[in-house]
Amino acid sequence: MGLEYGFMRNAFLAILIITPLFGILGTMIVNRKMAFFSDALGHSALTGIAIGVVLGITDTNFTMLVFAIVFALLLNYISSKSGTSTDTIISVFSSCSVAIGLAILSKGGNFSKYSSLLVGDILSITPKEIISLMGIFIATILFFGFFFNYLHAASLHRTLAKSRHIPVRLIENLFAVLIAIIVMLSIKWVGILIINALLILPAAASRNLSENMREYHFFAVLFSVFSGITGLLVSYYTNVATGPMIVIFASILYFATYLYGRIHQV
Amino acid sequence: MKKIIKPCGLHCIKVNHLGVRFGEQIILEDVNLHMHCGSINAIIGKNGAGKSTLIRAMLDDIPHEGEIEFKDLHNAKIQKLKIGYVPQSINIEKNTPVSVYDLIASYQYRFPVFFKKSKKIEAEIKQALATFEAEDLIDKQVCNLSGGQLQRVLLAMAIMDEPHLLLLDEPVSGIDQNGMELFYRTMVYLKENFDLSIILISHDLDYVAKYADKVILLDKTILKEGSPKEVFSSDEFKSIFGNEELPGYVLKESEKHKKTVGKERSNPWD
Repeated sequence: MGLEYGFMRNAFLAILIITPLFGILGTMIVNRKMAFFSDALGHSALTGIAIGVVLGITDTNFTMLVFAIVFALLLNYISSKSGTSTDTIISVFSSCSVAIGLAILSKGGNFSKYSSLLVGDILSITPKEIISLMGIFIATILFFGFFFNYLHAASLHRTLAKSRHIPVRLIENLFAVLIAIIVMLSIKWVGILIINALLILPAAASRNLSENMREYHFFAVLFSVFSGITGLLVSYYTNVATGPMIVIFASILYFATYLYGRIHQV
Repeated sequence: MKKIIKPCGLHCIKVNHLGVRFGEQIILEDVNLHMHCGSINAIIGKNGAGKSTLIRAMLDDIPHEGEIEFKDLHNAKIQKLKIGYVPQSINIEKNTPVSVYDLIASYQYRFPVFFKKSKKIEAEIKQALATFEAEDLIDKQVCNLSGGQLQRVLLAMAIMDEPHLLLLDEPVSGIDQNGMELFYRTMVYLKENFDLSIILISHDLDYVAKYADKVILLDKTILKEGSPKEVFSSDEFKSIFGNEELPGYVLKESEKHKKTVGKERSNPWD
């Protein structure tokens, strides 16, 4: 299985943390119709790095994280204020930030240095980075443990949630920040181009089968972990990048559950 | 769930000088209301009169002027007002994996619904649903409920919170004649068996005439309020709805009275 190699063991551990995390988070992103939002956040990584480069900061991870958090809060704020539909606004901001990021990073023909960000490389993850992933994993579980019902209530009917004294705005902002942190911490391993697929596909597949929240989350995590591990192993033997392989398996699961759902009328 | 308490008639809710404006535009101004527990208060008015805005302002969902006061007349103490809101519908698409249990538990409890079903919570929700004969719906997907079923579920949820005031935003759209009758009878049941007052936005003047204790005619501000009789026979009502729109029920009753009581008593409420 290749686990005799240190890099494979690390990658395996990272997958075991990232995939259940994405599975749980994805269900709420799909429920709240935030697929565009998480996609835009992924793209904003480029701008965050570019800002770091311009400012001459060596740790571009830091500027990337800060920019993503600001970007997430800004998107939340603007979509709550404006009358235009949210997906249009997010698209505008996303394209704008990608363009700025690409423009700065490609100056002097240096973009190839950053192109690994697009696809990601889970095999290069270090134990220290695995620990920080573990930290955010625990934080997410705690956040969901305390606030899941609030978030869910707000997604079903904002006014109704407010009438129950649920701090809707605060919870939505916290959730946006949480997504920003998770996306930024895992973007190097998963890749900008496919990170959203990993968030959305397991949840979308799970919706094809589930009738309540418990089934929804159970299947989402199961599908996510399954495609993660299978993707890693198959990519090892076929010498293909891991991220895309995982997404291919997640997509297969989506279509299979879609057909199953259609046939059995779930 | 709440123990059923007869309305004491000693709680009163006062809305003082409520106003809403979006920029320059005045949507509502100087709305003053006074309600007692155990009453059904129907808000009527044309489209755009500010009915839904009034409800949203009362829920504190939009910026507004004025305040809402909740008083116990027994000891003149001011208490915190708990409002039970029953929206028209909720944001749920087809195939959304949310059961009635998930819906109610999300609003009513902190224990995360994705984790595990709690027996205790389930029993409490079932009991609340039973008040509205909806206990069999607990494991149904919310997106597959009919309009009437969803409304009963939302009512059960509102009652679980033991509200002092129930706000219903256009509760009767998408419901057939039988459903309407059932709905209004449920309202009467609630006002008689729970310690709360009810405000509902209604379009059906027939049912308002039959069931409401108080009618509030709204057009930016309150034009007229009082018993259905007072409001329906007022000039303000005629100026808004015109003569021809007098509720069928009112006309029918007044015909009946003309026949049975004779000339001197032509009004159904006399």
